Amino acid sequence: MTERVKIAIVGSGPAGLSAAGRAAASGVSHVLLEQRDHISDTIYKYQKGKLVMATPDILPLRSELSFQIGIREEVLGNWEKQINGLKANIRYNSEVVAITGEKGNFTLKLSDGTTLNAEFVVFAIGLQGNIRLLGVPGQDREWVQYQLNDPDEYSDETIVVVGAGDAGIENALALTKQNTVVILNRGSEFARIKQGNLTAITAAIEKNQIECIYSADTVRVDDDGIVVKTPQGETKVKCDRIIARLGALPPRKFVESCGIKFPYSDPSSLPELSGQYESNVPGLYVIGALAGYPLIKQAMNQGYEVIEYIQGNQLKPADEPLLEQKFANIPGNRSVSEILAMLQESVPLLSGLTTLQLREFLLDSNVHAPRGGDVIFERNDYTNSFYSIVDGGVNIQIDPEDETKVVSLGQGEFFGEMGLLSGRRRTATVMASKPSLLIETPRRSMIKLINSVEAVKRVMDEVAVGRQIQTYIAPGIPLQDLQDLIRTVKVEKFEQGAVLFREGEAGDCLYLIQRGSVTVSREVSGKEAVISYVAAGNYVGEMALISNAPRSATIRAAVAVEALRLDGVPFQALMGRNEAVRRTIEARYRGRMLENIETTEQPEAGGIIQFLIEQGLGEATDVLLIDEALCVRCDNCEKACAETHQGTSRLNREAGPTYQTIHVPTSCRHCEHPHCMVDCPPDALRRNANGEVYITDSCIGCGNCERNCPYGVIHMAAKPPKKPGLLQWLLFGRGPGPGQAVSGKWGPDSNKEGGAPKPKKAVKCDMCKDVLGGPACVRACPTGAALRVEPSEFFRVVSQGL
Amino acid sequence: MHQSILVFRNFRYLKWALSVAAVSILLYVVHEPEYGLPNGGTLLGYVLGTFGALLILWLMWFGIRKRRYGAGGAPVEDWLSAHIYLGLTLIVVATLHTGFQFGWNVHTLAYGLMMIVILSGVFGLFAYLRVPELMTNNRRGMTLVQMMREISDLDTACREAALSLGDEINRIVLKASQNTRIGGNIRRQLSGDDPECATSEASRAVRHLADHAPPSQAEGFRALMGLLARKEELLSRARRDVRYKALLDIWLFFHVPLSFALLGALIAHIVSVFFYW
Repeated sequence: MTERVKIAIVGSGPAGLSAAGRAAASGVSHVLLEQRDHISDTIYKYQKGKLVMATPDILPLRSELSFQIGIREEVLGNWEKQINGLKANIRYNSEVVAITGEKGNFTLKLSDGTTLNAEFVVFAIGLQGNIRLLGVPGQDREWVQYQLNDPDEYSDETIVVVGAGDAGIENALALTKQNTVVILNRGSEFARIKQGNLTAITAAIEKNQIECIYSADTVRVDDDGIVVKTPQGETKVKCDRIIARLGALPPRKFVESCGIKFPYSDPSSLPELSGQYESNVPGLYVIGALAGYPLIKQAMNQGYEVIEYIQGNQLKPADEPLLEQKFANIPGNRSVSEILAMLQESVPLLSGLTTLQLREFLLDSNVHAPRGGDVIFERNDYTNSFYSIVDGGVNIQIDPEDETKVVSLGQGEFFGEMGLLSGRRRTATVMASKPSLLIETPRRSMIKLINSVEAVKRVMDEVAVGRQIQTYIAPGIPLQDLQDLIRTVKVEKFEQGAVLFREGEAGDCLYLIQRGSVTVSREVSGKEAVISYVAAGNYVGEMALISNAPRSATIRAAVAVEALRLDGVPFQALMGRNEAVRRTIEARYRGRMLENIETTEQPEAGGIIQFLIEQGLGEATDVLLIDEALCVRCDNCEKACAETHQGTSRLNREAGPTYQTIHVPTSCRHCEHPHCMVDCPPDALRRNANGEVYITDSCIGCGNCERNCPYGVIHMAAKPPKKPGLLQWLLFGRGPGPGQAVSGKWGPDSNKEGGAPKPKKAVKCDMCKDVLGGPACVRACPTGAALRVEPSEFFRVVSQGL
Repeated sequence: MHQSILVFRNFRYLKWALSVAAVSILLYVVHEPEYGLPNGGTLLGYVLGTFGALLILWLMWFGIRKRRYGAGGAPVEDWLSAHIYLGLTLIVVATLHTGFQFGWNVHTLAYGLMMIVILSGVFGLFAYLRVPELMTNNRRGMTLVQMMREISDLDTACREAALSLGDEINRIVLKASQNTRIGGNIRRQLSGDDPECATSEASRAVRHLADHAPPSQAEGFRALMGLLARKEELLSRARRDVRYKALLDIWLFFHVPLSFALLGALIAHIVSVFFYW
C-alpha cells in the first residue's frame, strides 16, 4: 500500500524542517524524508560547540521553529523538540532515489524499496552532496581531509586550512586552541563570510593566533606540506594535516534526473526557479542552499513560504519591507516582485542571478533616478562603485577635450567597471542622457557578486575587455569592428617582478595593463636599467609590432599585474584598416622612442625610478617625497600633520629610505588597490572622489589595516584633549605649544573616560581632505622640500630630466 | 624639479624687495630736507621709519604664521621667501632712515640689534642652503638613531672580541664603551669632533698592544681592531651629523631672542623720539 500525502519534503535541514513545521501547524498532510537517522545532517556534522550564526541580522525570521545565534547542540536540540511538539511527520533513513510523475501525482521511490505518492515535492536537500576537492596532485593523501568533526581530536599539529569561507574559518578558529593553524585564502580579502566570523578571524589573525596567506592558489600536496602560489611566488607550507573546506557542488545529477533544468553548464550554476521557488517542472519546488542561498535564516523563511505558496496563499518574502524602501523612488508604484522581474529583464547582467541573489544584491545597492543631464560621476574621480542602467541611458564623454564626443549606453548596459578593475581614477565623465533609473552597487558587494556568480564574472570580463580596448587603444571605434581583436584577448596575471616580455624577444602581441603597473628597462652595459614606468590603463609592446623588430625593452611587473594580452596579427590588421588608430599608435610610438633615448642618456633618472618602484610607488596614487637637498630637518611637516590631526602625526619624516637626495618618508601613498581596505570589518576605510583613502568614524579599532599596510603608515592612537590656543601658550604658557609633543596632562593617555583609557582607533593620512589649501605637511614646509606627487606624473617629469 | 628658497617663484619676493629698496633710495636721493642733513626726523625719515617698524613687526609675525598649521592663505614657503628678501631690504630702509647718523644712544642700539638679527638670519640662510645636502651625504641613508644602535651593537661585539685578549684589553674596551660621548656642550656639538674620544684612545691603545701580542692572539686583535675602526668611523659620522643639526639650529638661538630685544629697543626708540618732539 503506497502512502499518499499532499506535500513530500525531501531533506530535513533548516529549510525542510521549517517547511514540515509549517505544514504540520497548518494541518496539511505531509511527510519529511531524511536519509540519515537524525535531522539536519549538515549542521549535525558541524564541529562540536560550533556557533551557528543567524545572519543577516536585519532579516526577520518567519517560521514555526525558533532560531537565534547559538551553539550547534542548542540549535539542534531546540529544533528537534519543537518539530516533535508540532507533530510533524518525519521518516528517517529514507533516501529518495527517484521521482516520477507530475504535479498532483508524483511517485517517490525510496532506497528501502518502498514508494510514496505526493501531489507536490519540495527539495530541501542542500549542497552537501558533492564536496569540492582541492583539485591538485596529492589531494587524496590520507592526511588531507574535507571535513572536521571534532577539533579537539588534534593537538600540537601544524594544520593548513584551505578555504576562507565560513566553514574553513570556523574550523581554523576551533583548531587554534591546540594547534598551529595557517589558513589559505584564494582571494585578497574575506569577501563571502558572515559578519561574526569576519570579526573573529580578523581578531585571531591580528593576535597572531592564525596565519593567513592571501591570494594563495594551491599547487600540489607534497609529503610534508602543501605548495601554494602567491603573488610573491611559490612557497611550501609545511604541515601535519590539511583541512580543505571548499564548499560543495549541488547534488545536481539527482535533481536533473527529476527533470529540473539548470541554466548553465558551469558547476556552480543554480536551478531556475520562480519567485515562489517552483522549478521548471510544475509541482517540484526547490528551497534552501540548493536554491542558491546558504543562510539558515533565509532557508527557514523559504520553508515556511513554500508551504504557503503551495496552498495557494500569497505571501510577501521577509525582506520585502527593506526592498520596498529601496525602491521608493522607482516611479510607477509597482510591487517589489514586479520591480525585480523588470530589473532582471532590463539588465542582462543580473539575469543570471537567482531571485534570492538578486534580492541580496539589491539590499546592498542604491537606486538612483537622475534627470537628463545630471552628472553620475566625473572623469578623474576616484569613486569605485558599479552602475547598471535599468531604464533611460547615459552618455560617456570619451574625449576630455571635446564634450560632444560621447559613447551612449542604454537600458541594460552597465558602467563603472573600469575603476573597479584598475583601482584608478574614473576614465570618463558619465552623464544621464535622459531621465534614467540606475542601480549603484558598492565595490565590496560587486566583488562578492563577481566571485559568487561565474556568469557575472564572464559578462563583466567580456564587456570590460572591449571597453578597455575602446578606451585606451581605439577610441571611437565601434565594438563590432574590434571583434577580431577582442576574440584573441587573454587576461594574464603577473606577480611582482615577473617579466611580461624581454628585450630582444620577437614581439607577437601587446599588453594592455588592466591593474597594477610595470617598469620598462633596457640592458645598459650589461645591467638591466629601468628607463620608465607605465601605469594601468596604458599598453606596452606596440613598438615591436609597428616596426616588426625584436622587443626594444624588457617589461616587468612593478606590483602584481593583470594585463590583457592582445594578439599582434588582428592588431596589425586593425591598424591597417583604420587610419585614426594607426596614427594615434604611431604617435605614441614616436613619443616612447624619444623618451627611451632621453632616459638612456640620463641613467640617474632611471636610478630614481627604480628606487621609487622598489619603495612601492608602483601602486601609489599620491605620495609624499622630501628633497633632502632642501630639507632643513625642522620637522615642521610632522608638527603640522599632528596639529591638523588631533595631535598624532601620520608621517615620520626621518624614517624611510633615501636615494641621492630623494627621501621617501613613512607616509600614506593612497594605493590604487589599498591594502588597508582589504579586510575592514565595519568597512570604515573609504576612498573619496579625489583619491584620498581615509578612515571614517565607524572604525572599531581592530587594527587590521595597521597590519595589512605594507608601508607601516597606519597606527592606532587615542584622541588627546584639545590644546589651548597659540596666544594662551605664547602669553601665559598654557599647555604644550604648537607642534610640541603632547604628553602627561595633554597626552592621549591622561584622557580617561570612566577610569578606562580612551579607545584607540586607526589613524592615517587623509591628505588633509578637510583642510583648506591642501596637505598641511607640504604647506608647512618652509623650504619647499616636501612635495606630494602622483607617481606616474612624477616619473614622467623625472625621465624628461630633473 | 626642486628649487631653492631663493629661486622660489622665479624670484618673486626678490623683485618685491628690490622695488622697495629702489623706491627708498630714489626718494632719499630726490628728497631735500627743509633744514639740516637727512635724518630720521624729516618727512622722509618718518616715512621710512614707519615703514621699517611695520616691516619688523611683519617679519616677526613669521614666527606666529609658521605655527598656525591649519591656516589658509599662502604656504609657509612663500612666507619664508618673502621674510628673507624683505628682511634684507630692511638694511636699506633702516639705514636711509638714520640718514647715516649714528651715536651712543638707544636709536643706534635699535639699529645695531637689527643688523645683528639680520646677520644671524643671513647665517641661517647660508646654513639652510648648504647643510642639508652635506647632512644627507654624511648619513648615507641611515638615521641618527640607527647609527647609535649600530654603535651600541659594535660596543657589544667589541666586548665579546676582547674576552680572549686578556684583562688589560678588556679594561680598555670597557672604558671605551662607557666613556664615549656623542654631542655635549655647544662647542663640542659645533666642532663635530671629540679630541678626547674614548674610542679613539682605545683604538690607539689596542693597536699599540697588538704590536706586542703573541701570535696566537693576532687573529683576535685583528677582529677587535676592525670593530673599533668601524665604530670610530660611525662615531665621526654621528658627530658630524650632530654638528650639522647644530648648525641648522644654533642661529635661531640668536635670531629669535635678539628679535625680541630689537622689538624692545624699537619701542624705546619710538617713545623717546616722541619725547624729543
